[in-house]
Amino acid sequence: MFLFYRLYNEKKEAYLDYSIKIGGEAGQGIQTIGDTLSKVFSRSGYHVFTHQDYESRVRGGHNFYQIRFSDTPITASRTKIDIIVVLDKESIALHEGELSEKGMIIYDSASLKEKYERPNFLDVPFAGIALDVGGDRIMANTVATGAVLGMLGINIDIFNEVMKKTLSKKSEEIIKANEKAALAGRDYAKTNCISCDFSIAPPALKKMLIGVNEAVGLGAIASGLKFYSAYPMTPSTGIMTYIAGKAKEYNIIVEQAEDEISAINMALGASFAGVRAMTGSSGGGFALMVEGLSLAAMTETPIVIALAQRPAPATGLPTRTEQADLLFALYSGHGEFPRVIFAPGTPEQAFYLTNRAFEISQKYQIPVFILTDQYLSDAQWTYPDLDLDSLIYNDYRLRGNAFAALPEYKRHAITESGVSPLGVPGEAKHVIVTDSDEHDEEGHLIEDGETRIQMVIKRLFQKLLYIRGEMMPPCLYGSENPEIIITGWGSTYGVMKDAVDILQKDKRIAMLHFSEVYPFSNEEAWLELMRKARLSICVENNATGQFASLVRLETGYVFDAIVNRYDGRPFLTEELIGELNAHIGRL
Amino acid sequence: MPTLDDYNTGRTPAWCPGCGNFAILKVFKEVYLELDIEPHQFVIVSGIGQAGKFPHYLKCNTFNGLHGRALPVATGVKLANHEMLVVAEGGDGDCYGEGGNHLMHAIRRNIGVKLFVHDNQIYGLTKGQASPTSMEGMVTKNQPFGVLSEQLNPMTLAIALDCSFVARGYAGNQEHLKGLIKEAIAHRGFSLIDILQPCVTFNKVNTYQWYQQRVYPLETAYDPEDRVEAFRKALEWGDRIPIGIIYRNNRPSMEERVPVIKDLPLVKQPVIPEEIKKALEGTLKEYY
Repeated sequence: MFLFYRLYNEKKEAYLDYSIKIGGEAGQGIQTIGDTLSKVFSRSGYHVFTHQDYESRVRGGHNFYQIRFSDTPITASRTKIDIIVVLDKESIALHEGELSEKGMIIYDSASLKEKYERPNFLDVPFAGIALDVGGDRIMANTVATGAVLGMLGINIDIFNEVMKKTLSKKSEEIIKANEKAALAGRDYAKTNCISCDFSIAPPALKKMLIGVNEAVGLGAIASGLKFYSAYPMTPSTGIMTYIAGKAKEYNIIVEQAEDEISAINMALGASFAGVRAMTGSSGGGFALMVEGLSLAAMTETPIVIALAQRPAPATGLPTRTEQADLLFALYSGHGEFPRVIFAPGTPEQAFYLTNRAFEISQKYQIPVFILTDQYLSDAQWTYPDLDLDSLIYNDYRLRGNAFAALPEYKRHAITESGVSPLGVPGEAKHVIVTDSDEHDEEGHLIEDGETRIQMVIKRLFQKLLYIRGEMMPPCLYGSENPEIIITGWGSTYGVMKDAVDILQKDKRIAMLHFSEVYPFSNEEAWLELMRKARLSICVENNATGQFASLVRLETGYVFDAIVNRYDGRPFLTEELIGELNAHIGRL
Repeated sequence: MPTLDDYNTGRTPAWCPGCGNFAILKVFKEVYLELDIEPHQFVIVSGIGQAGKFPHYLKCNTFNGLHGRALPVATGVKLANHEMLVVAEGGDGDCYGEGGNHLMHAIRRNIGVKLFVHDNQIYGLTKGQASPTSMEGMVTKNQPFGVLSEQLNPMTLAIALDCSFVARGYAGNQEHLKGLIKEAIAHRGFSLIDILQPCVTFNKVNTYQWYQQRVYPLETAYDPEDRVEAFRKALEWGDRIPIGIIYRNNRPSMEERVPVIKDLPLVKQPVIPEEIKKALEGTLKEYY
């Protein structure tokens, strides 16, 4: 009736739940500190959630990296911060107000050229210590990382393991110097942070820390991906970078195309030739691909497209987040044809849904989308593992003897399921003919109306009937008999779940999360649940409530309220709860 | 051994009587027959235009894609199966106008695709507008003041980019064209043949007679490996128009330089889920 993900719910109160923010200019090493701390926490067995906020520039500006970690599963960032590592003055001005009751800011007065006497400021001479013990100011960030671990009281050994892995190409000398710098930072913080009051739970089994772009890449590789062509565009580039990094090990061709038009057409060429192919982009780049999308549909060539959303129109806010391309993905491409849109809410969902995207696109010879966004792409989550046994792989292509044995072959033969046999060129005497023009069963272009009708029935109506049957209903989380339902799709999964966890203490509230966004599944229990609820709210990181429009279009159901955010930033738990309470209060 | 009939699709060409495409079609069928390349052993990727319809009249694996996009598709096909002969076919508007960017980069990659451009210096399918190779001053319904842009010279463009095989053929000299196509197919990297072809319906300037008076085969002493000389030759357009291999070099093709397909074409590499799973178990360790 509903889709149930592994929810990792440990019904216990969190012993610890801390948020750390590293703020500064681009180029100051925020990401290095953030990545290192996140790895230390996940390796120590804590649950970790990270997200990043950065500007479209290589140097300067204001950027931050936020880490939340706990001994119970967490799925979103909180607004209150316990430790802020500031690398510039602006970070103080912008984030001091976010400090929690016992929160601390650590900074280096020598670097900032200012001393703060307020009680929740800890002055750690990052650069000075680095120079003293490591012999080089460059290790200032290592000192800062060590200081955070000292404030928290976390064992430094795990840091050393992580650092050794990161610096594996550096000399033993450099590694030793970094060890010393981290230790000195830790000791300095331990000695000097009198007001530090953080309690750390004992370490548990180490967890994997993974982001969505990596998970999409891994999911594609796990599905037998052989060809990926794309043009770099934030925030989708990470997928290409990840796959390129694994190209040698998994024998994959990754080609950086001259433009997105070429990228999708190359992928279609590779797919036509018989290998699993994929492309990826963001809004503006995908806008260039839409003619190719329509080509995929007409030629019935399987393709998986990762579309990582960012705020638009046009160049928009290149490094920020939005969920405003749902209807674009749904309606992109001229003409009428079937497509499937998946919108994972977590790295784990991204991994399995990418695998499912390949399965469905191959089975039905259609384009399938993986819709993500910047917030999700740059976020990292922890898991105990990924279950590789649940991966699906079916080769739907006609190859070798099976193909050669056919007495005759028509690429676009009319069948009951709408799916025609897909042969691999060169594997038998049969030729494979396909056309962007409307065509007959053989694949040759036609003009007559009767053939056109048959092809539309086959390509669109028949396939859609079966595809709908494959689609999973939304995930229900929270009360099974909810009075209040919040609905969302894609990247809002984590923050909605976090909000439900908090609100359900005194309310019958549930979340409906759609990760299989289009077409809707035949299972409509969720609709009944919404009709019965006293209040239904659609939560979307866009201005107009695109999913709410889609629900209305497909089912006639109208949400009681829509909560939108369209400043280019993600929802954070406390803010979302505030917005929800404004509606709940009127009940 | 196939026969000429084996290349028939049973479809009647939608071209005008007297169209240069008929001659080109005949030459191609003879080439594949003489090289003993059967219909299932090669792929034609074509674009849109009168030339784009080509594979509907020549039996083979066919991907008749979008206007201007034959080269990216052909590049994908070739990278996935580099043992297959991959031909891209289109007109001057298709390959030099809409698809101009892809031409530049296919040349840079030196992907082993054979591009045959049916260059009639006019748009046929959309009924007589100027193309990138239309001569300056040509008046059409859509260019009432005559073509104002400089005529694109595909030969100099390709040589400037160090294209590894640059040739010009002429639909009116079939034996010569046949030889060129065979050379292009035998070439290891990207090959471009610009095939001059009269459009009897719309191009009233560059007629059979016009070409006949100007076109001449390059002298046998001509050395296509000399890039500077080739450039000089490629500039020749007017009273005399040379046909033949204008420039050639032997730089390695893209598919020769992609390490993952050194031993086997991508499509021949078996996908074994159990093996992928085993490798993934190692990859996942990186995340702990």
